[in-house]
Amino acid sequence: MAFFEFKNVRIAGMSAGVPKKIINNLELEGLSKDYDAAAFVEMTGIKERRVDDLTTSDLCLAAAEELISDLKWDKQEIDALIFVSQTTDYFLPATACILQDKLGLTKSCYAEDVVLGCSGWVYGLSNVVSLMSCGSIKKALLLAGDAKRHAESNDPLFGFAGTATALEYSEGAGGFQFNFGTDGSGYDAIIIPDGGSRNQINEKSFEVEEIDGKKYNRLQTRMKGMDVFSFGISTAPKSVKSLAEKFGFDYLSYDYFVFHQANMKMNNMIVKKLKLDTEKVPACMYNFGNTSSASIPLTIVTQLKGKFEDKPTKFICCGFGVGLSWGTVAFETKDIVISYLVEL
Amino acid sequence: MKLNSFIENFAAQFDDTDASVFTAETKFREVDEWSSLIALSIIAMVDEEYDVTLKGDDIKNATTIEDLFNTVKSKK
Repeated sequence: MAFFEFKNVRIAGMSAGVPKKIINNLELEGLSKDYDAAAFVEMTGIKERRVDDLTTSDLCLAAAEELISDLKWDKQEIDALIFVSQTTDYFLPATACILQDKLGLTKSCYAEDVVLGCSGWVYGLSNVVSLMSCGSIKKALLLAGDAKRHAESNDPLFGFAGTATALEYSEGAGGFQFNFGTDGSGYDAIIIPDGGSRNQINEKSFEVEEIDGKKYNRLQTRMKGMDVFSFGISTAPKSVKSLAEKFGFDYLSYDYFVFHQANMKMNNMIVKKLKLDTEKVPACMYNFGNTSSASIPLTIVTQLKGKFEDKPTKFICCGFGVGLSWGTVAFETKDIVISYLVEL
Repeated sequence: MKLNSFIENFAAQFDDTDASVFTAETKFREVDEWSSLIALSIIAMVDEEYDVTLKGDDIKNATTIEDLFNTVKSKK
């Protein structure tokens, strides 16, 4: 069972970057025969999205610069950078290497990409925290998000965002408790079928197919909405409950629950199943859509800034989706720095 | 579980279609208001009322409301 705990590491700060350009889902027309804008917005809770001609690394870079400056960190002290994204700058090299250089981090920096989506921030966090818990890396950055120039701009679900989470080694810090899971039998529930090594790009990759009334070419993300919905409402509550059971805490005593932002109806079901107070469950999908691995930090930055930074605050965060893959983490923050949202 | 209450719960997911339209034999995908969004509401309703998690194929393989009722019943 993938349960584990790391101590002596804390979150020092968080930031997020999004494109300035807003797309309003109520103004999209002709997407598919069954797209009713008002019904879509009511059901998914997604009204606006930020989409523009930017990559994930552009957004993460700006978010990271803002956060490093707000934290007054010396870049020479940042010894690890993990970049979580399914929209890397190139097939190779790893985008983390490019970001090490663009951010001006030292050449002794550890850098790697983690290729996960909705569960990615929690997975990336476990990687960074586990690296740091041995004590030799004192400061590290977790950069997470997704943005794909133009390709998805007409899909009313997805928005672009890049986030930065700053972590530091701190003797005595309470640390993080994690639970993870994977079900690769659902690999095609959310998939871009062509362009990788299995189905290399060819002329048919550009042909438009209609699936469940929506049109896609084989280089765009397609989703089995009903399967993903079932997966979300059943897996997320179980993961939160099993984490609380394993580590023997009452999850209802936590201050905030931040779930991946994919669909408001799905999150409302999760909240109901866990019997949570809705005031403890911030959401940002109305203004930003599904931002993949950025959704948890983006929610904290845009919905909680100014409300919790100084006082001890307990969080449970749960990411779930493409893979299928899921992860839940419990942690406490104190004296955390939350940057203002960066708009590019 | 009762078929009648299942039909009522099913009908309640539709805003613009009168509940009297729905019977055990209704081919629900032929109802004008049916959409992929209503399918999600049905999955949510079944999860909440019957504690059964339906998959996309369960909905796709059912033709009438009674077919879906039987699927839910078999998964309980």
